[in-house]
Amino acid sequence: MNEERVADTPHVVVEDLVFRRGRKLIFDGLSLTVPRGRVTTVMGPSGTGKTTLLRLIGGQLRPDSGRIWVDGEEVARLSTRRLYALRKRMGMLFQTGALLTDLNVFENVAFPLREHTDLPEELIRNLVLMKLEAVGLRAARDLSPSQLSGGMARRVALARAIALDPDMILYDEPFAGLDPITMGQIVTLIQRTNRTLGLTSVLVTHDVVEAMDISDQVVLIAEGRVMDAGTVEQVRAGMSAWSKQFLEGRPDGPVPFHYPGDSYRDDLVRGRESRND
Amino acid sequence: MNLRYLEVSVGLFVLLGIAALFYLAIQVSNIAEYRDRDTFEVYAYFDHIGGLKVRAPVTVSGVRVGRVSRIAYDPDRFQARVTLAIQSGTDFLPMDTQASIFTAGLLGEQYIALEPGGDFESLQHGDEILFTQSALVLENMIGRVLTNFSGD
Amino acid sequence: MIDALANLGRAGLRWLSVLGRASIFLLRVLRSQDAVVRRYRLTFAEIYSVGVRSLLIIAVSGLFVGMVLGYQGYITLVRFGAAEALGGAVALALVRELGPVVTALLFAGRAGSALTAEIGLMKTTEQLSAMEMMAVDPYRRVFAPRFFAGFLSMPLLAAIFSAVGVIGGYIVGGGLLGVDSGAYFSQMQAVTDWREDVVSGVIKSIVFGFVVTWIAVFQGFDAEPTSEGISRATTQTVVMSALAVLGLDFVLTGMMFT
Repeated sequence: MNEERVADTPHVVVEDLVFRRGRKLIFDGLSLTVPRGRVTTVMGPSGTGKTTLLRLIGGQLRPDSGRIWVDGEEVARLSTRRLYALRKRMGMLFQTGALLTDLNVFENVAFPLREHTDLPEELIRNLVLMKLEAVGLRAARDLSPSQLSGGMARRVALARAIALDPDMILYDEPFAGLDPITMGQIVTLIQRTNRTLGLTSVLVTHDVVEAMDISDQVVLIAEGRVMDAGTVEQVRAGMSAWSKQFLEGRPDGPVPFHYPGDSYRDDLVRGRESRND
Repeated sequence: MNLRYLEVSVGLFVLLGIAALFYLAIQVSNIAEYRDRDTFEVYAYFDHIGGLKVRAPVTVSGVRVGRVSRIAYDPDRFQARVTLAIQSGTDFLPMDTQASIFTAGLLGEQYIALEPGGDFESLQHGDEILFTQSALVLENMIGRVLTNFSGD
Repeated sequence: MIDALANLGRAGLRWLSVLGRASIFLLRVLRSQDAVVRRYRLTFAEIYSVGVRSLLIIAVSGLFVGMVLGYQGYITLVRFGAAEALGGAVALALVRELGPVVTALLFAGRAGSALTAEIGLMKTTEQLSAMEMMAVDPYRRVFAPRFFAGFLSMPLLAAIFSAVGVIGGYIVGGGLLGVDSGAYFSQMQAVTDWREDVVSGVIKSIVFGFVVTWIAVFQGFDAEPTSEGISRATTQTVVMSALAVLGLDFVLTGMMFT
C-alpha cells in the first residue's frame, strides 16, 4: 500500500446528502469526510439517522440526492457486482451483533471466508482461530449465538467483520447497553484493530465519553446536518451551543426538553373549553 | 447437523415421495391402460347411449379389451358416434361383430360389450361396427312393462 | 361516505403495493434459483427442515383422514348395497381433493409458519442486513433454497398423504368393516384414472406448494421487524395460505375436472 495515497485521499466522502424516510427528512444536505486509517466518530442524539448513515455508506440505502464516495467509488451508482466487491473491503459491526443464529461462533466467523474464498478447511480454521483469539473468544468457538452475552456477541461479530481483512469497519452503536467492563473491552478492541490493522473506523454512537477517548475525528450531527466537525480538541474548543449541550449532556438548551407542540397552558385551557361545551 | 444424516434423510424423503407416487400410479389408478398405447380405433353409431362415458370399458365375453375414446353426436345421422380404442392384442374381430351398451349391475357404470359374429374378415382401423344395440333406458322399459300389464 | 371511499381506496392501494412487492420478490427469488444447485448443501438442509420434518404429521393425518373416509364412505355406500365401491370413493376423494388440499393446509401450518417466523426473525435481528453487508446475497443464501425446498416437498408430501390415506381406508373398510380386499383395490383402479385424477392431483399440489411457499417466505421477508410484526406475519401466512389454497383449489378443479 503506498503511504501517500493513504494519507492524502479521504476514505469516505459524503456530499450534500439528502435522504427521506417516508415524509420525514432524515438528512438535509449532510457533508462529511472520513480520513483513511483513522477513527472517526459520528455522534448525535437518538433518532438522527446515524445508523441510516452507515447503511447509506454501505449501499443498502440510496440517497435521494447528494453523493457518497467510498474509496473513490460512488456507492449509489455501482452495479450489484461492484457494490458487493466494495462491501468485501468493508466490515460492519451491527448493534446487536447480527450473528447468524443457525451457525455456531466458529462458523459465524468462518461464514465470510466460506462464502467468498475457496480456502482449504485447514487454512479457514487457522484464520478463524486467529480472529477469535484477537477478540479473546477462541475458547467459545463451539457456543451458539444464543449462549452469548451481548458483549460477547459483539466481539464475535467484530471477529467476523475483520475475517476478510477489510480496509474499513463501520461500527453501529458499539457501546450501547454494555456493562463498564465489556464496554472497556470493546473500546480496547476498536482501538487495537484500528492501530494494528491500520483500518479506517467509522463509529456511530451517542456515548460521548468513550467515543471522545478513542476518536481522531468527531462529527456531530443533528437535524439532518453537521453541527460541528474536527479533531476532538477542535470540537471541544470551538463548541457551538448545541454541541456543548450534547457533549455535556444537559437536559435543556438548544435542543428543547419538550417534544415540540403547543404550549402546556394552551393545552390545559383547551381541555377546559371542551369540557364546557 | 451432520451432513451425512441430512443427506440420507432427505434422500429417504424424496424416495418415499416417489414411491408414494408410484403406488398411486400402479396400485390406485389405471396406469396399466396407458402402458399399451398400441390400439386401433373402430366406431359405431347408437340411437341412444344412455349414460355411457368416455373411458368406459369395452369388453369381449366380459374381458376388457379397450375403452371408449370419443363420443360425439353426428348431426347427419341423428345418432351418437362412439369411437372405441381396442388393444392391438385383440386384432381379430369379425366384421359382423355386434356392439351393445350394457350396465354393470343395477346402478353401475355403463360399458360396451362386443359379441363377435361369424365373418371371416376382421375389422380394421377406421372401420364401422354395423350392428349395434342401444342402451336400455329404464323409463322406457318400465313404461313397456306397465302397458303389458294393463293390456292383460 | 367520502371517508369510507377514501379508506377503501387506501386499502386497495396497500394491497396492490403488497402484491407488487411480492411479485418483485418472487421474480428475484426465481432468478436466484441457480443457487439451489450450486449450493445444494443449503438446499438439502432446507428440504430437511421443510419436508422431512413435516413427514410425520402428514403421514399420521393421511392415515386418519383415510380411515375416516373409509368409515363414512362405507356407511353411505352400504345403504345402496355398493360397499364394494368404497375403494374408488376413498381413492378419488384423496387423490383429487383431500391429498393436495389437506397437505397444503397442514404444510402451511407446520412448515410455512416456521419459514415466516425464521426469516422474520433473521430480518429483525439484522442477520439479513449483515449478510448483505458481507456481500452475501440473501436471495441466494436464504430465500432461494427455502423456496425450492417448499416447492419440491409439497407434491411429495401430498403423494405420501394420499398413499397412506388409501391404506388407512383399506384398514377400516377391509379390516374392520369387511369389504373384500380384492374389490376394494380393483374398484379403485377401475374408477381412478392416472392422468385425469392422479396427475391432476399432483399438478394441484405443485401449484399449492408454489403458492404457500411464496406466501410464507415473502411474509417473513416483508414482516415488520418487531416481535409483534413477526407474530402478525406468521398468522398472515397461515390465513392467506389457507385462503389461497382453497380458492385455487376451486379454480383448478373447475379447470381440470369438467
